[in-house]
Amino acid sequence: MLITPNEVMKIAHLARMSVDHDDVERYAKDLSGILGLVEQMNQVDVRGIEPMAHPLDMCQRLRADVVTEVNQRDTLQAHAPAVERGLFLVPKVIE
Amino acid sequence: MSDLHCKTLTELRGILDSKQISAQELAQHFIRRIQAHDSTLNSFISVTEDAGLLAAQRADEKIAAGQAGALTGIPVAHKDIFCTMGVKTSCGSRMLDNFIAPYNASVVERLNQADTVMLGKTNMDEFAMGSTSESSYYGATKNPWDTQAVPGGSSGGSAAAIAAGLTPIATGTDTGGSIRQPAAYCGITGLKPTYGRVSRFGMIAYASSLDQGGPMARSAEDCALLLNVMAGFDARDSTSSEQASEDYTAQLNLDLTGLKIGLPREYFGAGLDVGVAQAIDAAISELRKLGAEVREVSLPNSELAIPAYYVIAPAEASSNLSRFDGVRFGHRCDAPKDLTDLYERSRAEGFGDEVKRRIMIGTYALSSGYYDAYYLKAQRVRRLIADDFQRVLSEVDVIMGPVTPSVAPNLGESLKDPVAMYLSDIYTVPVNLAGLPAISIPVGFAHNRPVGLQVIGKAFAESRLLNIAHRFQQATDWHRQTPPAFK
Repeated sequence: MLITPNEVMKIAHLARMSVDHDDVERYAKDLSGILGLVEQMNQVDVRGIEPMAHPLDMCQRLRADVVTEVNQRDTLQAHAPAVERGLFLVPKVIE
Repeated sequence: MSDLHCKTLTELRGILDSKQISAQELAQHFIRRIQAHDSTLNSFISVTEDAGLLAAQRADEKIAAGQAGALTGIPVAHKDIFCTMGVKTSCGSRMLDNFIAPYNASVVERLNQADTVMLGKTNMDEFAMGSTSESSYYGATKNPWDTQAVPGGSSGGSAAAIAAGLTPIATGTDTGGSIRQPAAYCGITGLKPTYGRVSRFGMIAYASSLDQGGPMARSAEDCALLLNVMAGFDARDSTSSEQASEDYTAQLNLDLTGLKIGLPREYFGAGLDVGVAQAIDAAISELRKLGAEVREVSLPNSELAIPAYYVIAPAEASSNLSRFDGVRFGHRCDAPKDLTDLYERSRAEGFGDEVKRRIMIGTYALSSGYYDAYYLKAQRVRRLIADDFQRVLSEVDVIMGPVTPSVAPNLGESLKDPVAMYLSDIYTVPVNLAGLPAISIPVGFAHNRPVGLQVIGKAFAESRLLNIAHRFQQATDWHRQTPPAFK
């Protein structure tokens, strides 16, 4: 297997996504299968080929550095899980 | 008029403008059909009856005042990936089950301004990750031609709703085939425009260098009318093309004499179902009769497309989906003990299996020490694939082949092995990697399920693709077929 159960736990932590203990083996198998597919890329020599990050080789368009957005704090916080006095609430980070 | 759901947009326009029926009656017709049939199909996540009837009333006022545009009063369904202000926008995920969008996607805004009547939001694979519409948190959508079959995905709800006559037109999005493949499986017409042609603002991101919204409808002409409203530059999408959009109906009737079609041998090899191949061959013969010239071409790096896609798309997805953290919107777990627990459990509970697999693959491919071997390598392979298309499209006008290697599989079949499901996108994924436009049109049946022909064009050649599809549809009636159970 290309991905071990231990690696699944490590990747899941990097992705900040917990995985049930019972599912770790299955994900190891699934991810190994996908990477097996991906490794077919090794059939071809791509040295010297320019990587293609964007389909039309566009440049990032820049805009003038001026304020264009209006304040929508109340609207945007209306569906937040927990807010207080205009702030998003999370569990205490610093004791 | 009981067959309103079988009419083209041009026919509906005539009926509305001549006041044979009102936009409100038209909307009611489709809402009644949704109520009658969607418990079988599950093609809608939300039905917006009240807002739709209100929009229809405003459309009737425009029509009465002689101010109707091409789409005034025409019902539309939006894939639930497009943000709709005040309406749940779930992206097929538990993560966004409680998300009422605070703004409209540009596509939705444009269609609202064109006085269309939104019927609701269509079902889809969770976060557009899937080829069957089975990964939706809201349950699988069924194929109207055979309710044992999947409708394809990820825009399966939109495709099924059109095929069953629950809406005349719908929006979809296509990252690796998600408009074309469900269009093929459901026997409708669907266009993936050139990357950057349709604004992605307010379209929930999956893989940003591949995602593209597009029209789905009963015919190429209807797709052209819908694209006319959807396409165009949008300053709010930094990847939106500044190239002027066109009247996509202007060239629909151009003669096809001398059209050069390339058939890539890699799209007709092992793995292609014999019944699908026969339907495609018959369609090509029809196009020859219409004056097209056909030659064999080669896209030698085609088989590397799926491997490269399953690095690029998950890598971009792992980055895009990091915004779902349980803090600002979306699902939050109960009683988190600390911030890490809040993130990890909210995401574990909010995302389904396929989304988790892709986030993990993407996280792995981008993690320290693996970036060059996976992401950079995939981007180099992507260049090879794009170069293949560019070379061939300098020799021929369009490339044609099947949309999929086989017809719609049965429900449940693809869930057993994700890799097997991925391989069914072998003819559609390369087009996204190259950023090109491609259309799927119905060309017959195999094993009693619809078959789609794919026509791939040069960048920004949407008018040419629609022209070819329209001429084909003038000469044939495959696009006029309707599933017997939904007459």
